[in-house]
Order: sequence, then C-alpha cells, then structure tokens
Amino acid sequence: MAAVETSRPKALLIYNPKARGIAYQVLLCALIVFLAWSAIHNAAENLARAKIATGFGFWDNTAGFDISQTLIEYSTTSSYGRAFWVGLLNTLLIAGLGVVFATILGFIIGIARLSKNWLVARMAGFYVETIRNIPLLLQLLFWYNAVLKALPSVRESFTIPGGTLLNNRGLFLPQPVFGPAARFALIALVFGILAAIVYQVWARRRQMATGQQAPILWVSLGLVVALPLAVLALSGFPVTFIYPESGRFNIRGGIEVLPEFMALLFGLVIYTAAFIAEVVRAGILAVVRGQTEAAYSLGLRPGPALRLVVIPQAMRVIVPPLTSQYLNLTKNSTLAVAIGYPDLVQIFAGTVLNQTGQAVEVIVITMAVYLTISLVTSGLMNLYNRRMALVER
Amino acid sequence: MKSVVIRLALAAVVGIVASAASAQTLNTIKTRGSINCGSNGTLAGFGLPDSQGRWTGLDVDFCKALAAAIFNDPSKAKFVPLTAKDRFTALQSGEVDLLARNTTWTSSRDTSLGMNFTAINYFDGQGFMVRKALKVNSALELGDAAVCVQQGTTTELNLADYFRANKMKLKTVTFATSTEAVKAYDAGRCDAYTTDASGLAGERLRLANVNDHVILPEVISKEPLGPAVRHGDDQWFDIVKWTHYAMVNAEEFGITQANVDDQKKSDNPDIKRLLGTEGKHGEALGLPDDWAYRIIKHVGNYGESFERNVGQGSPLKIARGLNGLWNKGGLQFAPPVR
Amino acid sequence: MSDIATTTDAKLMEGPAFVRGQPLAPLPPPLAEAGAIGWMRKNLFSSTLNVVLTIVCAALIVWLVPPLVKYLLIDAVWEGSIRADCLPRPDRPEIGACWAFVIDRINFFTYGFYPIEERWRVNVFFVLLAAGVVWMAWLDAPRRDLGVIYFFVVMPVVSLILLLGWPLVGLAKVPTTSWGGVLVTVVVSAVGIVFSLPIGIVLALGRRSQMPAVRLFSVIFIEFVRGVPLITVLFMASVMLPLFGPETWSPDKLLRALVGVSLFAAAYMAEVVRAGLQAIPKGQYEAAMAVGLGYWKTMGLIVLPQALKITIPNIVNTTIGLFKDTTLVFIVGIFDFLMTIEAARVDPNWATPGISTTGYAFAAIFYLIFCYGMSRYARFVEARLAAGDRR
Repeated sequence: MAAVETSRPKALLIYNPKARGIAYQVLLCALIVFLAWSAIHNAAENLARAKIATGFGFWDNTAGFDISQTLIEYSTTSSYGRAFWVGLLNTLLIAGLGVVFATILGFIIGIARLSKNWLVARMAGFYVETIRNIPLLLQLLFWYNAVLKALPSVRESFTIPGGTLLNNRGLFLPQPVFGPAARFALIALVFGILAAIVYQVWARRRQMATGQQAPILWVSLGLVVALPLAVLALSGFPVTFIYPESGRFNIRGGIEVLPEFMALLFGLVIYTAAFIAEVVRAGILAVVRGQTEAAYSLGLRPGPALRLVVIPQAMRVIVPPLTSQYLNLTKNSTLAVAIGYPDLVQIFAGTVLNQTGQAVEVIVITMAVYLTISLVTSGLMNLYNRRMALVER
Repeated sequence: MKSVVIRLALAAVVGIVASAASAQTLNTIKTRGSINCGSNGTLAGFGLPDSQGRWTGLDVDFCKALAAAIFNDPSKAKFVPLTAKDRFTALQSGEVDLLARNTTWTSSRDTSLGMNFTAINYFDGQGFMVRKALKVNSALELGDAAVCVQQGTTTELNLADYFRANKMKLKTVTFATSTEAVKAYDAGRCDAYTTDASGLAGERLRLANVNDHVILPEVISKEPLGPAVRHGDDQWFDIVKWTHYAMVNAEEFGITQANVDDQKKSDNPDIKRLLGTEGKHGEALGLPDDWAYRIIKHVGNYGESFERNVGQGSPLKIARGLNGLWNKGGLQFAPPVR
Repeated sequence: MSDIATTTDAKLMEGPAFVRGQPLAPLPPPLAEAGAIGWMRKNLFSSTLNVVLTIVCAALIVWLVPPLVKYLLIDAVWEGSIRADCLPRPDRPEIGACWAFVIDRINFFTYGFYPIEERWRVNVFFVLLAAGVVWMAWLDAPRRDLGVIYFFVVMPVVSLILLLGWPLVGLAKVPTTSWGGVLVTVVVSAVGIVFSLPIGIVLALGRRSQMPAVRLFSVIFIEFVRGVPLITVLFMASVMLPLFGPETWSPDKLLRALVGVSLFAAAYMAEVVRAGLQAIPKGQYEAAMAVGLGYWKTMGLIVLPQALKITIPNIVNTTIGLFKDTTLVFIVGIFDFLMTIEAARVDPNWATPGISTTGYAFAAIFYLIFCYGMSRYARFVEARLAAGDRR
C-alpha cells in the first residue's frame, strides 16, 4: 500500500480517498447548515411579516378551556403550562396502562399460538392476522362508536355488584375514603412488602445452598395482602366508600373512567398485543427445542419448563423488539386526538396550538416530549437487556 | 432563555422587513387561475360538498362571489375543507387565500394570529341544544351536565366562561371536529351540544331524530362570523371586504340576480356606481369596473344568498333576525360605493 | 404380487391345522385414536386444560361468528338509494350492514371529488401502478432491472402528469384538493414507498459509513424521526413546512403530507435496509475490494443486490405499516379513504344509526384484504429465500 503511494507521489488530491471523504463531509455539513439557517431565517421572517406572536410567553397565560380528564388539579383559570402537564400525565397514564395490559394479553396470545390445542392456536393466529392488518385509527373509531353505542344511557346504567356503574358516559367506580386509623394498615403494607422482599432473598439463598424450596408465593401474598387486611380489620375498617349515584344529568361521585379512555386503552391494547404476540412467538421459537426436551427429561412439567427454562432464554430475543412495541404504543396513543381523549397531542398540539396560534413552539415542545419518552424508554430497556445478556456464557 | 434568543432574532429580522407589506395575493390568484378558499366542509348552510363535490353554503357563495369579481367565473373558486383546529395555520401558511369558514372575529385572532378579519357576513351567538326528554328549559339548568364541544373554537372558551360565571359545574367532552362532537352527542355521550346558533340549526339536521332535540333560548356570546385574510396585503383585504359590501348594497338597492341586467340601465347614481356604469370604482381595487355586476350576476345579492343557504329556501329555515338589512331592523350595513 | 401370495399360502397350508395359515387383517385403530375423533382427542381434548380451552374457544366462536355473519350478510341491505332503505321496517325489524350505501357511494370512496369526466385517468393510474407492483413483486419476471426503472422513475413521472394534468398534452388540470378516497390512500402509499426506499437506502449506507459527519447526520435523522409519532411529523409538515420556505412558497397540502410520510417511512426503511446490510458477510466486501471495486460499485453491484433481496420481506412489512399509517393523513384534513367514509357516514341522505358500522366494516375489509395480501406475499418470499439458503 505504502509502496504504491510512494511510487505515485504526485497523485491528485481528488484521488485521495481520505481527502475526498473530508471534502464530502464538509460539503454535507455546509449543506445542512445552509438548509437549517435558511429554514430558521425564513421562518422568523415569515412569522414577523404575518405578525404572528412568537416566543414562549403564552406558557403562563390563562388557558380558559376545560379538560375532561385531569390527574392534577386544573381549572379553566389555569395556565397553558398547566394544561401541558395535564396532557402529558394523561398520555403517560394511557401509555403505562396500555403497556401493562398489552404485555399480558400479548404473552397469552403469543403462547396460545404455539399451543398444541388446534383450536386455540388457530384462533390466536386468526386474531393476530386480523388485528395486525387493520389500521389502528379505524379500530379506534370502531371501538369508540361500538363502546358508546352498545352501552346503556345514564338512567339505565348497568350496575355491577360492588357499587360500580357502567353506562355510555363511562365506568364509575366507588371511591374509597380512608379514615385516620387507616394509616396503621398503610404501615403494615409497607412492612409487609419489605418483609416479603427479605423473605424472598433469604429463600433464594437457602435454595442455592441446600436445594430446599420455600413457598415464596404464599408467604409473600400473606405478608403483602393478608397482613394489611388483618390490621385493617383490627382497627375496625376505617374505610368508607363514596358510591356513584345518578344526578340530574350525570353520575355523581366515585371514580370516573371516561369512555374515550376506555376505547383508546382497548384499541391500543388489542392492537399492540397482536404485535407483541408475534414477538413472543418468535422469541420462544428461537429457543432450541433441546432446551425444552432437556427440561422435560429433568422432570419439569410443561408449566415450570416454560416458566423456568424457555421464557428466560426467550426474553433475550424478545426484549429488543418488545421495547420498540412499547414505544409504538406510546406513539400510537397520539391517535387519541381522533376520539377525543385529552392526551398531550389533543390538548397541547390541538387546543393550545389553536388558541395561541403559535404552531412552531407548540410542535417543537410536543416533539421534544415524545423524543424524550422514546430515548428514556429505550435507555431503560437497553439497561435491562444488558443485565439479561450477562447471564449468557 | 430560548424565548429570549428567538425574540432577539425576530427583533433583528422585523427591523429589516417590517415595511414589506406585500400586495401579491391578487397576482398569485390571477396566475394560478383560481382562488383557494378555506371552508367548512361539514356545516350545512355554510360550507358542505355534496357527493359530486359541488359545494354550497353562505361562505361558499362568498368565495364564488370573489371568483366572479376576479375571473367573471364563480367556478374558479376552489374549496379546501378545514377543521376548526387547522384553519388558522392553513391561512397563515398560505395554503388558502382567505378563510371563509364561519370564523368568529375576536381581538386576539385579529392581532396575534397573523390574520385580518374583513367584514361580518353572519351575526351569530352561541347556543345549546339538548334532548327534549331531559325537560331542560334554560341553559342555567345545565349545571353538572356533560357538554360536547368542538376543539379550538371560541365556543370552547365561552362555554367555560359561562359555566364559571354562573357557578355551575361543567363537564366538557372535546372533539377535533364538529362531526365527531355531534355524533357523540347523538349517541348520548353528552347531555348538551353547544356551538353557534346557526351551526345548531345546521347540525340538528344531522341527528338521527331531529324532533327529539330542542335548542335552548339562551344565547351566551356574541359570535360575529366573517371571512379573514392574511395580515399584510391591503389590496386583497380591500377586495374581500368590498365583495361583502357589494352584496349587501345590492340587496339594499333591490338588485337581484334576475334583474341585474335591467338595473344596469338604471338612472340611480348609487346603482350606476355599484354596477360600474359610472365611475372607476373597480380600478382602485385592482378589478374591472363591473366587478359588482359580475358578483350579482353569478351569485346574487346578500339576501338571495342568505335565503338560499340558511334562510327559508333551505332546510335550516333561519330567520334574518340580526342579519337583516340595517333599514329592516338588522345589523347588515354596508358603506356606500362612492 | 398375487402369484407370490398364492405360493406362500400353499406352503403355509402344510403346517399343523391349528396354526393359522394366514395373517389376520389388521384391526382398524380404536375409534378414539383415528379419524375425526382421534384427531379431536389429540388436538382439542388432550388434557383437562385443553378441554376447558377448547370449550371456551368454541363458545367464543359461537358468540362472535353467527351475529357477524347475520350482520354482514343475512340482514344486510343490498339495494336502496336513500336512508329510508336502511331503516328498520315492520317487515324487516333487524337491520344489518347497509351495503346499499357503500354501493351508492363507491365512486366517492374511490375517486373523492375527482371530476367525473376525468376519472378514467385515475383508472389508468391504478393500472400503471398495478403493472409496476406486479413487475417488482413477481420474482421471476423478465427484465426486472427495467422494472426498477419503470417503478421508481417512469411510473411516478407519468402518473404525476396523468393525475395532476398537463394542459400542453390535452389533460385538464385537476388540483389535489379534488383528489380523494382510495386514490389518495394509494397515492400516499405509493409515493411513500417510491421515495422512502431510495432515501432509506442512502440513510442506511450513511449510518454504516466511515465518515463520522455522514454517520452522525444519518443517526440523528433516523433516531429523531423514529422517536416521534407520525402525527407530529404530519403536523410539522403541514404547519411548519411552509414557514421554512421563502414567502411566496406555499406547497400543496397533499404535497406537504407526502413529504412528511416519505421522510417518516424513510427512517424506518433505513433501519430495515441496515439490518440487511449487516447480514452480508464481511467476505463479500473484502472480495469486492480485492477485485478493485470502489465504494459505489461495491455497494451497487455486490452488497445491495444481496442485502435488498434478503430484506424484501421486511420491506413489504414496512410497506404494510406505511399503508395502514396513511389513514393518519385524515387527521391533517386530507381526504383519504377513511376520511371519505367519515364524510359519507354523516351525510343526511344516508345518516342512520347503523351507517357508521357499515362504513367501518367496509374500510376494515378493504385494509384487511390489501394488508393480508401483502403479508402473505412477504411470507412467500421469506419461504422462497429460506429454500434458496437450504440448497
């Protein structure tokens, strides 16, 4: 190589790959800087010419509109900034719950697709093929209308035993109100959780050392559930419930779950579960058959074999695509805008953008939020992935 | 911090181009050969296409009148259906040349959204529609009711104000389009639906059982609806404004689509100036002098357009009321052509 | 066969009389192991859990399928021209899907507001596109190299002239605001794929490039676009794009959405192509270098043909995603197929309580057919490639 170069010392610079590489990069950088500069320049000029307000001054202005679901305190006199946080929390709520339920449903269907039961496998396959091939937006519109239409009106609400009401205005759950003595139960709960963790660590160590298994599940359940309940009973049940009841127009009292929320959650979970099922199936199929056979030959029953041998290995294959499904679910939750669930896009990139007219600022903030959620989620998942991968020898 | 930088950058830029008030919308339209008109695509009486893509409505007629004035051909008006949510950005971005989409004139829209309202082609107010079965007689009884409303409208804000002022508890359910809001109301998601009174009359026709619903007497706001143009082009602003005034003046003088050719021979100096047989009143606008004649010939006067689209000649059957001429107890008053 | 049998039979006959000379015909397997019952025992009722699962599934099917069939076919209304035809009548109390509405509005769903006398142009476009798709998808088609040129260069240009109109060749102008329905859905998907694939390849090469600046730019672009929802990209394209251009520049609304969709799909294509590139063994690069090929020749002649071939299933899967995602343009106010259904179902001429469900059912069937077809194709290619690997 070197000999070739010395034999042609006077080669033109453009034939030098390194120099050409640098030239390309400089050109690319210049082009991007130019494009970015002219875009910003044009935007500033266009905004100024049209006398469109700019800047983030709107953040503290009074919003003046109402939001149907607020996790934090919000009224029509709150600021646009507050509306932003309301929207963000609503987005995180739907994404969080969606991820949990979609994972559960997705794993069930993914495993069902591999079932030896012909009917179960076929139905799971049919589910996946149908749901994956219909646009989510269409499904949401359908669920929203189906959910709305099928449910009775306020006056003819379904009463679910336990004081829960269901009608076309949503699901109304009894709201628990804790008396002062309930704090003992809370203390018992915290203690129970800590004790359960300690017990599990101890049981695992003992199993490693002696091979003896301890009834982890039952003891943990006893500590986390039974203990606080016992304390609650001892302190004389200091819990009262506010039951939802019919008012002049609506249901009053209780915890309200909006039909928009239910439709969006339903749609997202059902849609994403179909994709997660495929991920799970591929992950399980990726575990070599010998592993299952070895587990059986050690005397494990199919359940424990799946749980202790196959799934832990499959998880390594499953986690990366599962992460992108979680992110997809979060991003797809923006379709809330089509059915009126007040998520970040509906409130912020919808109403706030419209009332302030400051498109650039609002869109930039919205995109930044989703980008942050994406980066944080994939960061966490990479961390988890690395931990799982360490097991590999 | 960011905002400071942006403001500084803007201040610098404003200094350079502050006076560049451009007068090119009309030229752009002439070269393009058509007017892009931002319309409501779902509101009977104001802007609604049928299955063949033929648009009708009061706002639609207004755009046709503009096309008639400029091209002598009302079919040169092209309609871009916009939702309440994306209408302002569509105007700002130049996607449409004007916004004739039952849009309420407010100070903040006029000043900070980069647009100018031209004239008021419909005086409206916000009302409520409820089911008869609820036996509600007044909006003041709506405390704690769920109300369906369209996102990004003054309606949304007025609603919150009204409930706050009357110390009533409010449950709003917000939708991106009026179609979705009405649909949800019809399905029983809300007890009441609120929008401009004219809108209520139009939307009511889309309900499954028209007679099960009643419009409450209260009008809780002033909603002057009118076409708006982008800030900074005075010539175009004038053309749009005077198109409306020409239609109102024509009604006042009794010039109709049917008799406009006869009226051209009239000796009345007002009519002569309006129809361009005397004076050069079109030239100043950048239009031919018979611009108003073209409008009336192709589209008709304001009253004709009103009756055809929202009045007695339409399924909406809205009375003239505030939209009558000034000399007939209404508010429609046009400056003279002179 | 029979000769041999008779001779052995004769031999066996000579044995003691109490010994059976001829083997018994085998008994049929127990009823419970063979045939339909055996199959059911093995596949449906092999354990208690499976019995329960089978019963639950069967109950689900009974609960879902008959009402669906009843709704879609038996109770459906096939003929009619106004909403009264789809309202319950005394002689027909149960009303299913109102297909009469779909039949009445099928042209609107297909062409939107495209002028009636010009609709043949849309049909020609559909044919051109179908020809291109078949040429590309049929792996044994003749001259697929020409097919690539046709699909990525000739067809887009011809279609553009055809759909938009060019008065010089006698085609009247049709503004994109009159486009709608399936036409827009197909245009958005087709433009998305035609542009996103080349851009995606460039980005994928950029991400694997030796040049840090190129790599950085590609990574930032890909990760940024993949990190935000399509809706925000569409919002940005429809709201902010015109602001970034000079004052007089106001691109068409559809064009803006197309830019947004193409860039969005390109980022996903880039990752798909990158996976394909990574699967090419290093020896291929080294061999190309050894015969003295430069970067572009290495990529164009050696690496990309192999990488793209193994990526076809994933490209098709991305296309399915793109096709489904086109429904989102409805949120920025473009009259795509779903939007025409939304618009038609509120039309007072047809608005009955059941119309929405009919519209959605029709749309679902439309998307299901196309997406399922594509995913079958992807699987077919996958199987064929796998067969090629086995050889």
